[in-house]
Amino acid sequence: MVTPLQKPPKKNPQVRTRVPTLPSHYRSRSALFMAATAAEGRFMLQVCAEPDCGFVQYPARDACSSCLSDRLVWQDVSSRGKLIATSTVRTSTNTYFRERTPWRLGTVHLEIGPSVMCHLHSEVAVGDEVQLINRLDKSGQSVLLALPLEKAPLQEDDMQLRELTCDPKFRRILITDARNPNAYALAKNLLEAGVSAVFVGEAESWRPYPDRAKLESLQGVELVSLDVTDTSSVQELAGEFGGKVDILINNARFVRPGGIQGRGDVSFAMDEMQVNYFGMMRLAQAFAPAMAGRSADGVNSAVAWVNVLSVYSLVSNPGFGSFSASNAAAHSLSQCLRAEMVSSGVRVVNVYCGPTEDEWHQPLPPPKVPASTLARELVKALQAGLEDVYVGDIAKDIRRKFMESPKVLEKEMTSLEAL
Amino acid sequence: MIKPRKRMRYDGVVVAAPASTPYERYSTETAHWWIAKALRQSIKSAGLAPRDIDGFSVASFSLFPDTAVGLTQHLGLVPRWLDHIPQGGASGPSALRRAARAVQCGDASVVACVAGDTNHVDSFRRMLSSFSRFAQDASYPYGAGGPNACFALLTDYYMREFGVGREDFGRICVSQRDNALRNENAVMKKPLTMEAYLAGREISDPITLFDCVMPVAGAEAFLVMREEDAVASGIPHAHISATIERHNAFAEDPIQMRGGWEMDIDELYGMAGHGPGSVDLLQTYDDYPVIVMMQLEDLGFCAKGEAARFIADKDLTVSGDFPHNTSGGQLSAGQAGAAGGFIGLVEAIRQVTGTAGATQVADAKRALVSGFGVINYDRGVCTSAAILEGVS
Repeated sequence: MVTPLQKPPKKNPQVRTRVPTLPSHYRSRSALFMAATAAEGRFMLQVCAEPDCGFVQYPARDACSSCLSDRLVWQDVSSRGKLIATSTVRTSTNTYFRERTPWRLGTVHLEIGPSVMCHLHSEVAVGDEVQLINRLDKSGQSVLLALPLEKAPLQEDDMQLRELTCDPKFRRILITDARNPNAYALAKNLLEAGVSAVFVGEAESWRPYPDRAKLESLQGVELVSLDVTDTSSVQELAGEFGGKVDILINNARFVRPGGIQGRGDVSFAMDEMQVNYFGMMRLAQAFAPAMAGRSADGVNSAVAWVNVLSVYSLVSNPGFGSFSASNAAAHSLSQCLRAEMVSSGVRVVNVYCGPTEDEWHQPLPPPKVPASTLARELVKALQAGLEDVYVGDIAKDIRRKFMESPKVLEKEMTSLEAL
Repeated sequence: MIKPRKRMRYDGVVVAAPASTPYERYSTETAHWWIAKALRQSIKSAGLAPRDIDGFSVASFSLFPDTAVGLTQHLGLVPRWLDHIPQGGASGPSALRRAARAVQCGDASVVACVAGDTNHVDSFRRMLSSFSRFAQDASYPYGAGGPNACFALLTDYYMREFGVGREDFGRICVSQRDNALRNENAVMKKPLTMEAYLAGREISDPITLFDCVMPVAGAEAFLVMREEDAVASGIPHAHISATIERHNAFAEDPIQMRGGWEMDIDELYGMAGHGPGSVDLLQTYDDYPVIVMMQLEDLGFCAKGEAARFIADKDLTVSGDFPHNTSGGQLSAGQAGAAGGFIGLVEAIRQVTGTAGATQVADAKRALVSGFGVINYDRGVCTSAAILEGVS
């Protein structure tokens, strides 16, 4: 039985805050492919591509352990198997596990062949048919966990699973820009996911905007003053709320159509960089250290930093070329933030969004991403423990093409027909 | 398909000069220091000098950044034959069989085989996190229980598959403690009762405290040389009746229930000219009692799954009807890293040469020694065994 998660009591300042420690992050380079697929929540193993072989490998290898071929191809494979042995670790040499014992692990004999050691959900027992999921642990590396075939009641509350996810339940969220048309949908979906509080940053509160009344009407939402283009505003809010932000959703965005020659000057480009790039940097300088210090702090530990990016951060959309460039800068900075946050275990989640259903994307044809879809996918990704999320059909299309060949994608995006 | 050919016997080669250092729980010394200590003791006991050693075989985990090569210069040895055996718990018989062929073929006259490791306060934890690539990728991230957790899974499976209880494992641990009390080098000095075994602190279910070896610092050594030289110098020595070695056997088994011995025992006993019933004592690799049971089965003392019943009516102590791990084994003497792969072999040499002192089994003539090493991922990869026969 899953022990239901209890809403954490008010923090007792006299009690030690558990310091961030990590499970082992050492992996071979081949095993990093497991981490890359875990980022999207996929279960892939190496399969030998020799026509007379097809042997499935685990752990990650550099040559086939059946025929010695080096033609090993990562493929989506069945993650089902039987749990044939279990143990509960009561004492560990690693400081992360020492503070989390008893910790269950097991051996699963996969139906596709290999046996794997994995973490166990509390609802699985020896002899059970199980399914494995591939996720990132606090060290940012791939691990496998065995889940029951049928979703268990309160499955997400399981401690070992929750260590791998960024479930917003009982956590406090900061959404950075109330004026973004997605702010209301984000707040609403997060509240439905059981968060404790949603703080929504609002710049220039004297300036009216359509969703303000709707946001204020939501029970659990608090509007706070925040202008990501103003360093002192960001620092002021971090001073007051920095220790209470468990998930930060950076949805601030400045977007205008146009590339280089269609614009007469760099003023919009500067606004785009101010919000989309420097905004992220200001937020990270002010909030990241406090989040990093609270990343092991129990049920409402700081767990995720979410950047809502355009999928055109990966390749320029010349019609929004300057906006794409600011997002490419933000995307690069997010990778730097990942590296800086990895020692704390706080996950930097990138949401790559296709063109959104809003006034600045009005000239574009469908399909476009409604705010409700973005919000739903973002919350689902946090619950599932993903690191990279592609929202909308266009984003998924761009992802596929980017993974195949960034250069071919560039040729497609910059051809004569593209503009 | 190439068929294996019948092997040559180890005629004209003997094993001699067993040496063991006292074991220490934690040491500030290095592996080099411990290895030198055992090596010196072994060479001295044979009445030889370091310059007489022209073959050198080393097994150690904690020599880094050195290997056997660095040790030659460090210790001033000038061997014309050099080997480094990274087989952990299987390294004893594996070192022996390589050295025996070198001596038999004249590539070396006297090979010193030595295994040793130090144990600094934090060195065990550091070793675990980077033990092997598969361990680093696919076992250490899961609770970081180290070998305790890996063997807990095997033990859990074995217990359910064959209806084995914790008392069955306890018999092995309790009898070995009894033996260790006769061994002044052992780290465990107090008797162990079945009650105390069963009440042992939980480590990684179903494994508890007394199922686990204590990592220590120490070293073990022996010499392999021509029989004529040993006879001429009057050094007590033993013949090598047979040896086997196997790696990565039965990779298709979903979990380890048997080791490579099972593939090779016909050859082992065929070469020795006798079966398991004719040995006077058995030294198994005992990092966990479940592995002892696996060896009893795979080495042909009983059928698969029968080990618990086999030992139930046996007395495994030095004075018993089935002397086993007579120096206390790693479970009670301690696990000095790679020397854990030598402890049984070195004790067996003492036994069949009648030089075991307080742990001497009466009339011990033949000993079977078995090795098991390197939990590369989810199971032990290396297995080895040797049968020694004393010269009366």
